[in-house]
Amino acid sequence: MSQTKPYRVSHLDALEAESIFVMREVMAEFERPVLLFSGGKDSIVMLRLAEKAFAPARIPFPVMHIDTGHNFPEVLEYRDRRVATLGLNLVIASVQEAIDTGLVRELPDGTRNRIQTPVLLAAVEKYRFDALFGGARRDEEKARAKERMFSFRDEFGQWDPKNQRPELWSLYNGRHHPGESIRVFPLSNWTELDVWHYIAKEKIELPSIYYAHEREVVERSGMFYAVNEFIKLRDGETSEVRQVRYRTVGDASQTAAVLSDADTVDKVIDEVAATRITERGATRGDDRVSEAAMEDRKREGYF
Amino acid sequence: MSQAVLEPDAAAARGMDLLRFATAGSVDDGKSTLIGRLLFDTKTIFEDQLEAVETASASRGDEYTNLALLTDGLRAEREQGITIDVAYRYFATPRRKFIIADTPGHIQYTRNMVTGASTADLALILVDARKGLVEQSRRHAFLTSLLRVPHLVLCINKMDLVDWDKAVYDKIADEFTSFAAKLDAPDLTIIPISALNGDNIASRSDKSPWYEGPSLLHHLEHVHIASDRNLVDVRFPVQYVIRPQSTTVTDYRGYAGQVASGILKPGDDVMVLPSGLTSKIASIDTADGPVEEAFPPMSVTVRLTDEIDISRGDMICRPNNAPAVAQDIEAMICWMDETAPLRVGGKYTIKHTTRTARTVVRGLQYRLDVNTLHRDESAGELGLNEIGRVKLRTTVPLLADEYRRNRTTGGFILVDESTNRTVGAGMIIEAR
Repeated sequence: MSQTKPYRVSHLDALEAESIFVMREVMAEFERPVLLFSGGKDSIVMLRLAEKAFAPARIPFPVMHIDTGHNFPEVLEYRDRRVATLGLNLVIASVQEAIDTGLVRELPDGTRNRIQTPVLLAAVEKYRFDALFGGARRDEEKARAKERMFSFRDEFGQWDPKNQRPELWSLYNGRHHPGESIRVFPLSNWTELDVWHYIAKEKIELPSIYYAHEREVVERSGMFYAVNEFIKLRDGETSEVRQVRYRTVGDASQTAAVLSDADTVDKVIDEVAATRITERGATRGDDRVSEAAMEDRKREGYF
Repeated sequence: MSQAVLEPDAAAARGMDLLRFATAGSVDDGKSTLIGRLLFDTKTIFEDQLEAVETASASRGDEYTNLALLTDGLRAEREQGITIDVAYRYFATPRRKFIIADTPGHIQYTRNMVTGASTADLALILVDARKGLVEQSRRHAFLTSLLRVPHLVLCINKMDLVDWDKAVYDKIADEFTSFAAKLDAPDLTIIPISALNGDNIASRSDKSPWYEGPSLLHHLEHVHIASDRNLVDVRFPVQYVIRPQSTTVTDYRGYAGQVASGILKPGDDVMVLPSGLTSKIASIDTADGPVEEAFPPMSVTVRLTDEIDISRGDMICRPNNAPAVAQDIEAMICWMDETAPLRVGGKYTIKHTTRTARTVVRGLQYRLDVNTLHRDESAGELGLNEIGRVKLRTTVPLLADEYRRNRTTGGFILVDESTNRTVGAGMIIEAR
């Protein structure tokens, strides 16, 4: 067969095709999938991929927000608008409610990243979700670099890194017993830069805090935290108004902004391409705790 | 370390393609150093990662910054100083995005190597110039050929420690080339390097004027992978049927899937297996609108002109070019379960393309010694990491091709029916 065309596929198209394949596999093989949606850029990209995977039908599963109660208002507004546009069913699992009912206890430092896990697991049990789409990427963190696309969890939601199923070709093994579940990471092979290129290519709207804006911030160990109801100035600290943007969006009490004048998607791409610090290292207080902080959290059932 | 030489260009990045490669080896070969070097030279190692690795190295008492700690992410790996699992790493140059499946090299990790190689376009094998080929290098070359990875690169590392002696390079290259010839090996490139000093990695080194080939990175960026895809045999495993329950879209019935091979176009005559019914492609849809053709690895939705009963696990192909509809399968199987061996009479779930069935092991023809390639026909079982030729019978037909012709429709996994673990990986030799 003479080849007149190269039949070339760009890396973004190849990544998109892989993610869509994974989402369709889940829909075909599981009873009750759910997509974890935080309003962060990765879950927003994942939602777009779900839209594309099942078009012209609607996204055939609900989305779930594990709400720490420490939110950026821009992100909540975005979440509700997006869910309404797509006609999705939104499940909110509230950490505040779990604290109020005694399921979890507020930590002395007031951070809520770690106590999200029991809330997530309780919601999985309540709604009997058997597959949970997460937006985690392998380039984010070294424990994640070893996790499978289909990550098996036992009835306690735990990840056992030494007992993972080999994943060959595009044959994903989602079999599980009742009560067990699979975390599915369709963006496993995407990098932060890929995500931004895709946002540009697809013209995906993001919460405004991803782009440069002026904000009152306080500097703590080299990170810039917004001064708001969750982060108050301590004795001796002073705040200042700086031009910043958020590189990741997590719990508002623990997510720092970066100094930036990137106010468009193209400028963000240039910034991300040139940066010398990983996104979690630049913005997440919680990952700095220890070498194996993420692995330990995942063993407990974290995302 | 020397200065970084390449900068991923943000604007060009949107048009680059994707190359997946697998590396196998141990710290002794300098594999981690090589990967660290590739990441460093393409500005993929971040300052906070490097700092963390430096701190961790110092606290372990390492004399140098141990780049293996970049990829060894699990607590057990860091404590024991070994790589247990496949780690995926990413880097990009202006021409290509690369996904590295980094796998440990020892024989007890054969299953990890097989896993990493299953999706690879290229395999990279390292040897120490001072030691030459060892058992492990031959085993890696064999697994590369078994998994039909189309391109193989042998990096002869630590050339600085043999004074860049051309005779050393020639001897190892000759020996490897003649070994590879026996393997029905793919496209082979042999590069003399020093991963530690960065020679022949990102650019050609002046230390090896006698070497006329490309630097490693140049080769990775330019190796021609487009023609590795099978564009001849149309194979479209149906993944999921899209039928919107909506008032705005009515009577839509589309077959969603990823093109395994071949080129599909609207108007093409197609046959659907296992029914054998024929129809024509009415349209090929994506969320961005219909497309004029679909080829691997595109994920699309195919609509046909006739209403025929099609469900997940069926295969759309061409009437004059179809896979076997087969319940008797002969395959090479790599066994991956540490809890129980593969035995004749064993029953498993088999997953092949989008089709799942049950299967029974009818016979074990031989077990292959992956180091000597000796066939042991008296073997009664396959243990963890062992490879053998096996006969299977399935409860329903598989729509299968030979693995050597089609990696997607020729590969399968076996799943234990009680533990649900993935226990075996198979490559079809014959299906009927």
